Amino acid sequence: MLGAAVGVFGVAFGVLATTSGLSVAQACAMSVLVFTGASQFLAVRVVADGGVSAAAIAGALLLAARNGVYGMAMSRVVRGSRWRRMIAAQLVIDESTAMAAAQDDPAARERAFWATGLAVFVFWNAGTVVGAVLGRGIGDPTALGLDAAFPAGFVALLLPHLRTRPGRMAAGIGGTAALALVPFVPAGVPILVASLATLVGLRRPT
Amino acid sequence: MSWTTILLVAIGAYGFKAVGLLGLGDRNLPAAAERVLALVPAALLAALVAVDTFSSGRSLVLDARAAGVAAGGTAALLRAPFPVVVAVAALVAAAIRQLVG
Repeated sequence: MLGAAVGVFGVAFGVLATTSGLSVAQACAMSVLVFTGASQFLAVRVVADGGVSAAAIAGALLLAARNGVYGMAMSRVVRGSRWRRMIAAQLVIDESTAMAAAQDDPAARERAFWATGLAVFVFWNAGTVVGAVLGRGIGDPTALGLDAAFPAGFVALLLPHLRTRPGRMAAGIGGTAALALVPFVPAGVPILVASLATLVGLRRPT
Repeated sequence: MSWTTILLVAIGAYGFKAVGLLGLGDRNLPAAAERVLALVPAALLAALVAVDTFSSGRSLVLDARAAGVAAGGTAALLRAPFPVVVAVAALVAAAIRQLVG
């Protein structure tokens, strides 16, 4: 179930990547090596908008930083040799962390981590291959409305983060600040500056 | 996108995961840092939506994309599955371009 949903996202990423100028090999390499969806989408969009590489890299890594927090949570879950843990590290993402955290006993947590991480890895990469090949066959993405489809897809990803008041504030400030900066700074920079909106999190929740 | 960019993002992304899983062990981040990090997707996704919907190069524009994203966003609010959200947005934007353009 989760795998199928991830597969659809993978197809979307593959289409976005190749219609944004990446080769099929580059799209697939990103999904295998980077393997954290939001960062991949952001990097591809920033480059497609004409942003400099540094902005794409910095934005992607800001989004990837949360995996470090997940890694800390999973360090008590994943056991075994150093090699085994180094492989496990690549599978530390939203889905594997959430599924592992939802289990009651340590053995079930570790099983859920590996099962979810590997399933997402397989479906995400299979989806990317399909999407990348499909995307290469699309002549004019705007005629199909794909330039509206991707931001709408990001809205779907954004909605769960709007359930809390700090989430709504960060989104409101980030979105407004980014748009206000568009005319004045190079592409990609508005997205980075928007990350300062996360500082609303410094305030203690009341 | 250059291969260098892809490799740097890959190394950095793995670095965060590995430092968390292997490096920091059982230590915890300060609560304030965890709260800030938790807000990164909200801020960056909102910025990405705003820029992708209302700008073209360095100018702010209002075109068929806005209608498409509004339609797709409404579908998402109504808990439509992801493929439906994306399809609705694409269809609305493409239809408006056909009618107007």
